[in-house]
Amino acid sequence: MARVVKTQVEFEGRFYDEYVVIEGEDLPAWRADEKFSIVGQSQTRIDGVERVTGAAKFTHDIQLPGMLYGKILRSPHPHARIKSIDTKRAERLPGVRAVLHYQNAPKIPWRMGLTLLFDQTLRYAGDEVACVIADDEEICEDALDLIEVNYEVLPFVLDPVKALEPGAPKVHDSGNLFQGAPEIYERGEIEKGFAEADVIVEGTFRTQVALHNCMETHGSVATWEGESLTIWDSTQHIFGVRDTVAQALKLPKHKVRVRKQYMGGGFGSKNSAGKYAVMAALAAKMTGRPVRVVLDRHEENLAAGNRPSSIQTLKVGAKRDGALTAIYHKSIVNLGAYTAWGGGTTGPTRRLYVCPHIKTEDVCVFTNLGPFSAFRAPGYVEGTFALESMIDELAQKLNLDSLELRLRNYAEIDPATGWPYTTKGLRQAYHRGATLIDWQKRTALKEKDSTDTKKIGFGMASQIWGGSGGPPAYALVKINPDGTAVVITGTQDIGTGTKTALAQVAAETLHFPISLVKVELGDTQLGVYSPLSAGSMTLASVGPAVRVAAEDARKQLMDVASQTLEMPLDELEIDRGEFLNTRTRERIAIKTIFEKLQNFMIIGRGARGPNPEKKSVNTFGAQFAQVEVDTETGRVSVQKIVAVHESGRVINPLAISSQLEGGIIQGLGFALTEQRIVDERFGLVLNGNLEMYKVPTAQDVPEIITEMIDMPDPEVNNLGVKGVGEPPIIPTAGAIANAVADALGRRICELPLTPDRILKALESQ
Amino acid sequence: MAKAVKLRKPQAQKRGPGKTPVSLKVNHGLHTIFVEPRRTLLDALRKDLGLIGTKKGCDEGTCGSCTVLFDGKPVYACLMLAIECEGHEIETIEGLSQGDQIHPIQQAFIEHDAFQCGFCTPGQILSVKALLDANPSPSADDVKRAVSGNLCRCGAYPKIVQAALKAAERLKS
Repeated sequence: MARVVKTQVEFEGRFYDEYVVIEGEDLPAWRADEKFSIVGQSQTRIDGVERVTGAAKFTHDIQLPGMLYGKILRSPHPHARIKSIDTKRAERLPGVRAVLHYQNAPKIPWRMGLTLLFDQTLRYAGDEVACVIADDEEICEDALDLIEVNYEVLPFVLDPVKALEPGAPKVHDSGNLFQGAPEIYERGEIEKGFAEADVIVEGTFRTQVALHNCMETHGSVATWEGESLTIWDSTQHIFGVRDTVAQALKLPKHKVRVRKQYMGGGFGSKNSAGKYAVMAALAAKMTGRPVRVVLDRHEENLAAGNRPSSIQTLKVGAKRDGALTAIYHKSIVNLGAYTAWGGGTTGPTRRLYVCPHIKTEDVCVFTNLGPFSAFRAPGYVEGTFALESMIDELAQKLNLDSLELRLRNYAEIDPATGWPYTTKGLRQAYHRGATLIDWQKRTALKEKDSTDTKKIGFGMASQIWGGSGGPPAYALVKINPDGTAVVITGTQDIGTGTKTALAQVAAETLHFPISLVKVELGDTQLGVYSPLSAGSMTLASVGPAVRVAAEDARKQLMDVASQTLEMPLDELEIDRGEFLNTRTRERIAIKTIFEKLQNFMIIGRGARGPNPEKKSVNTFGAQFAQVEVDTETGRVSVQKIVAVHESGRVINPLAISSQLEGGIIQGLGFALTEQRIVDERFGLVLNGNLEMYKVPTAQDVPEIITEMIDMPDPEVNNLGVKGVGEPPIIPTAGAIANAVADALGRRICELPLTPDRILKALESQ
Repeated sequence: MAKAVKLRKPQAQKRGPGKTPVSLKVNHGLHTIFVEPRRTLLDALRKDLGLIGTKKGCDEGTCGSCTVLFDGKPVYACLMLAIECEGHEIETIEGLSQGDQIHPIQQAFIEHDAFQCGFCTPGQILSVKALLDANPSPSADDVKRAVSGNLCRCGAYPKIVQAALKAAERLKS
């Protein structure tokens, strides 16, 4: 029977209450000492061959007969109004099939109504002006040159502080402050907390705009069959794209099918539908042909979102023994022209340490720059850098080991809610990480290896994040007449190994070898809803539903087998994909029973149960960095990163180590090299490409040592898993910044830690 | 006062000299296609020959996703014109496996989980192949240098290095 339950769902550090329908009974969680043959073992990708042979089809690779191409004309001004647009010359170019713009396209509200699909007002250099549809991309590019637009150039504002001053140019009529007010959080009495402090440290920290630069740029291919639309989309959320496109085109949801098999990275930037999807759908309708609209690298870096910059002011008070008494944290976030949500950075401050008096303020501001979108642990990467830098400063002032200071303020229960944690392995992560990097011997190591011009330093930072996942998420497990199994679910594998992990869960539950389990996902037409792949929630949401479905299928299979084989149920089990009679030791192929049943099919159903009530589900970790700073060149070389994380039970150690390394390497780029640069005079991005925007290469990667504290969570879900996608990027920049401060004996409070900043800091010494 | 110069607008007509036949030798097969001279090797492979394993990440020689072998040397297919490639041997990821038998480098990439999303993987594998063909016993630093022109945003680099070294070991024995 279906039950409706209220559950708390956490997403990207925010909490929501949701009602969900739970079908059937959830299973009890796997015991901590449960014996497995497949779960917990390193498993290579079940779709590895496709990925290494070029057979894997990404959205970019969809080629349909008669397919047309679309290219977008973008605003050259940070703020302008289109006075007139003339597309006649472009339309006359042979091969051009259509030109869409604000005068001929339907007025479709976009970004929570802050703009339109084609808006007459353009709010950043890169905002969409028109879309040319033609036989090939080269023709589109020629046609873009032929569109004549008369712009009324408007005053613009790029700096979030200036944007809040009276008389500043208005990015939106509703004002430049997101939702009209800062987001304020308070617990205790902040003034009292500072009055009680023996020691107070203060600092202002700045973080840069980081660009996702997924290797596969954003894009869609759309085609109509009668009144039904199919979109291939490079997305982390097939159902979200379906809903947005259906709403935009005023179609019933069931008329829109969204597909995505392989995706070349998302990192949060592909959490929702892009304008290109709707443009492709509109153009496909107009022309009667399939249409592909894919962004190029430059467009990707203007329009596909970014990690917004922040200016963070922190003040931390403590007793002489290190006990925190008060933390004040104000963050000004530059959202750019559009956003879906606030994007503050103060989450870690509220949740990481025991501290009776806390006040945080997130001031999120619209400016005439490219829009914000979630980027792997949005807000927490930036906030952790600031908070953990400040904690290190405090340790220095108190003459305490910074790890010891963190342990003295260790939260045994969630300091924000007062609830117990389901599991918390941070203490173990601290101790194990300290051992792996030889934390206690670091002073001796520094002295031994530093020279006059090469300074060695050590630093660390902590990580807290959500990652509980939650309902609604559903799965089916089908047993085929040939004795193989298929997991069917509406989630998507965005490159993290979801398919493989789900196959492991199903194979373990069915007692099948993994080679007999297939996973079908990435298609709304499968009809089995799953949430977006973001917020480190995919496995923790979908995995438990797969287990329930697999168990349901296994039970049905056993029932049918017992009757068709005429063997009592208690003498029958499934062992490595075959029936085993435990009395006679006879082994029988699974397909045998189907031979008598004329293509009878078993379908097991499963749903994700609710999250535990009044319990906090968090993931934790600690990273340690060893760096060498060259005081002559200002170059920072990270020599080693040690990362120890706790995310519940480990399903696939191989895939988890890949996730950890990948997160750390993105964190390394954020710490040292990555920054979007804008010409302040014109509001134009100068390095929206991979030549000048420096993502790490193979040669930039230090020695990385990763370990998981494998701690099955008995309460979060029936697998005991929490998420791991975002946690590893969170503490990397903080740990590196602390190590650089240790090496130089002074702190640089602005990321990235580029040679010019290092040299400037040394000069002013 | 100087008069503003009115920029000459291009004519609304198809640009360039039009399409021309080009013969490409790809994965040991000869293919004749009919394309504009500005067609890049990358677009020719993907659009005209349907070899979609070669990826377009930037189209301007900065990401390495389109790496193919040109007479055995790794090149960015987006920086070459198809018409430049006549008479040369092009090898793409599709040419690496023999039927169902994948190449030892591909096998090593799977075993070491040397990819996440897999988008840059064909390019990484071809860069590694060019390295191993030229230097059967590379060091880890040699591998890092060989793939330093192949960006991987998922950060699979440590495992790409492991996979390349494992493949080198296997190919020697």
